[in-house]
Amino acid sequence: MRVKVALFATCLTDTFFPETARAVVRLLERLGCSVEFPLDQTCCGQMHFNTGYRELSKPLARKYTDVFGSYDYVVAPSGSCAGMVREVHPTLGESPPRTFELAEFLVDVLGVIDVGAWFPHRVTYHPTCHSLRMLGVGDKPLALLRAVKALDLVELPDSTHCCGFGGTFAVKNAETSTAMLADKMTSVLSTGAEVVSAGDNSCLMHIGGGLSRLRTGVRPVHLAEILASTEEDPWLATR
Amino acid sequence: MARNPVTWLGSPTFPKAAKEALQDTQLRQNLRKATGTIRGRREAAVAEMTDWEQLRVAGEQIKDDVLARLDTLLVQLEESVTARGGVVHWARDAEEANRIVLDLCRAEQADEVVKVKSMATAEIGLNEALEAGGVHAIETDLAELIVQLGDDRPSHILVPAIHRNRSEIREIFQRRMGVEVSDEPADLAEAARVYLREKFLTTRVAISGANFAVADTGSIVVLESEGNGRMCLTLPETLITVMGIEKLVPTWQDLEVFLQLLPRSSTAERMNPYTSVWTGVTPGDGPQRFHLVLIDNGRTATLTDSVGRQALRCIRCSACLNVCPVYERTGGKSYGSVYPGPIGAILTPQLVGDLHDPQAASLPFASSLCGACFEVCPVRIDIPSVLTHLRAEVVEAKGRTAESVAMAAAAWMFREASRYEKAQKAGSLARFLARDGKITSLPWPGSKWTSSRDVPAPPAESFRAWWRKNRG
Repeated sequence: MRVKVALFATCLTDTFFPETARAVVRLLERLGCSVEFPLDQTCCGQMHFNTGYRELSKPLARKYTDVFGSYDYVVAPSGSCAGMVREVHPTLGESPPRTFELAEFLVDVLGVIDVGAWFPHRVTYHPTCHSLRMLGVGDKPLALLRAVKALDLVELPDSTHCCGFGGTFAVKNAETSTAMLADKMTSVLSTGAEVVSAGDNSCLMHIGGGLSRLRTGVRPVHLAEILASTEEDPWLATR
Repeated sequence: MARNPVTWLGSPTFPKAAKEALQDTQLRQNLRKATGTIRGRREAAVAEMTDWEQLRVAGEQIKDDVLARLDTLLVQLEESVTARGGVVHWARDAEEANRIVLDLCRAEQADEVVKVKSMATAEIGLNEALEAGGVHAIETDLAELIVQLGDDRPSHILVPAIHRNRSEIREIFQRRMGVEVSDEPADLAEAARVYLREKFLTTRVAISGANFAVADTGSIVVLESEGNGRMCLTLPETLITVMGIEKLVPTWQDLEVFLQLLPRSSTAERMNPYTSVWTGVTPGDGPQRFHLVLIDNGRTATLTDSVGRQALRCIRCSACLNVCPVYERTGGKSYGSVYPGPIGAILTPQLVGDLHDPQAASLPFASSLCGACFEVCPVRIDIPSVLTHLRAEVVEAKGRTAESVAMAAAAWMFREASRYEKAQKAGSLARFLARDGKITSLPWPGSKWTSSRDVPAPPAESFRAWWRKNRG
């Protein structure tokens, strides 16, 4: 039986990184899932909650439950948004549907490590704080990447250190955030990777924004896009 | 009511202080080296323990039980201490505590006192208060001594001079002790030893803090690594201990949990080098007069907050400072308080108790919420959750601001997918600002982002637009 999955694209990916969401659809369908995208979805409320606007985040959490409540599985290409739903929505009075970050859905629910991907590039992986510490995703993304054909995976030094994004922290404490980013970029550059990957476009937007400013030529690519890439239908640096 | 000296008067808000600290190359180097080293050592020390997670849960539960029964346990402690010949004093705030200690020093006719490293006395600004009253306090913990001789402020709970490297320490010692000394750690330690030894032998009053107080026996416990604390706790005739009211454990046996948790978390040691325990007064052995000053200083108010009160579980190990990516870069002084780092960001504003104090109110925002602090905390304080809780209190206290209006507008927009889509379409026009697929400059507040980071150009078509066209 085909596993029915609802995609929670997240507002950031829907708006700024549609290629990531399209990659999730392609990947999950290739693995035999049927994917639905409820068009009523918007935002999980994480920005509001984390910035101190708890009351404003409540209707957004309620909306999430309303939109996704009937699904057995919801998959989000974001550790922090999945973490918001799983760990914070219950404190806002919600009983959210089962929501997974992409890597844990692939490994824990579908039980796959080798997703049949092909990605002929040198890649380093930043695990992102909320995937790591809120969800406990562990090394599942690395296991998935190791199974990708032609991919040269290089370990990121101090990988568990925060990149300095932190939502509105990046503007409220811009200088400190940038100092953290500088060290993350140093780590990324030391690997000689062409691509820095992560399971969260918010962190990638931060790391990638810094790498772009310095014209390093290192490209941020979401894990979903790497896993969706195949020899027949390869990922292309189109943007 | 007098202002709480837990924050330093005139300190700028965190973002302002951090901006300046981040430019200090030496500070960045010193902190990177020191926190990096201690992080690795702590991790190894903790990895040896097969029951670490159970110990953490036990530590959490014992402390929560103490906080729930604080009223009766404190009275029990007072009875136990009094029965063993000690005198217990109660202080509502810093001012009251400082006056009690000064009066005790005057009663002993002491114009000089030696001090064991203590966060409680730093919190209440005791040294400054004693100095104003004509009593000179000498810090005997090596790092505290470095801070004191350097006319400096502490930047770490456990290692207050962590921002200093050995050549800076050498300079301070030469200038203030009037000795020639190399920058070898052994030589620096020897210089301090010679300087302090005379003080230990001639000073009649010592002041300490307490890591733990055992309610049922009245025993006070201090953990330290140098032995200087042991000198203060045994040689003088009079001992005054200043302790926050939350430092209690109910029974002697409860110590077994914390004597495992604290050394591994703080100094990465398997067993603490100098653990001093005393119970009231023992005739003919050690100080013959013992005073215990119990301070509230914002703790009872903190206890009333069901989320925030977990900060009172803190055993001052500093593990959260050492793993914090913000602390590692800004240093402790940016927090403007004796309690820096993640624990400071939640404890300081609660002890201050004034959400309208801009400096204290900036502290809960001094975090990327990465969660590294919660992961290492030996008493499982969920610091990220307390941070967002306090942020919500600050936001509520501030009322209507430009930010709150923007946030309300964004929430209104997100409540309906149709409004969200319209905003998305309007926002995607920003792609015409882009060059080579990126935006390099935005007006305020976006400029705070683009000062160091590009923004990807919004795509012509959102994912939902694609879905509707191809799958809808």
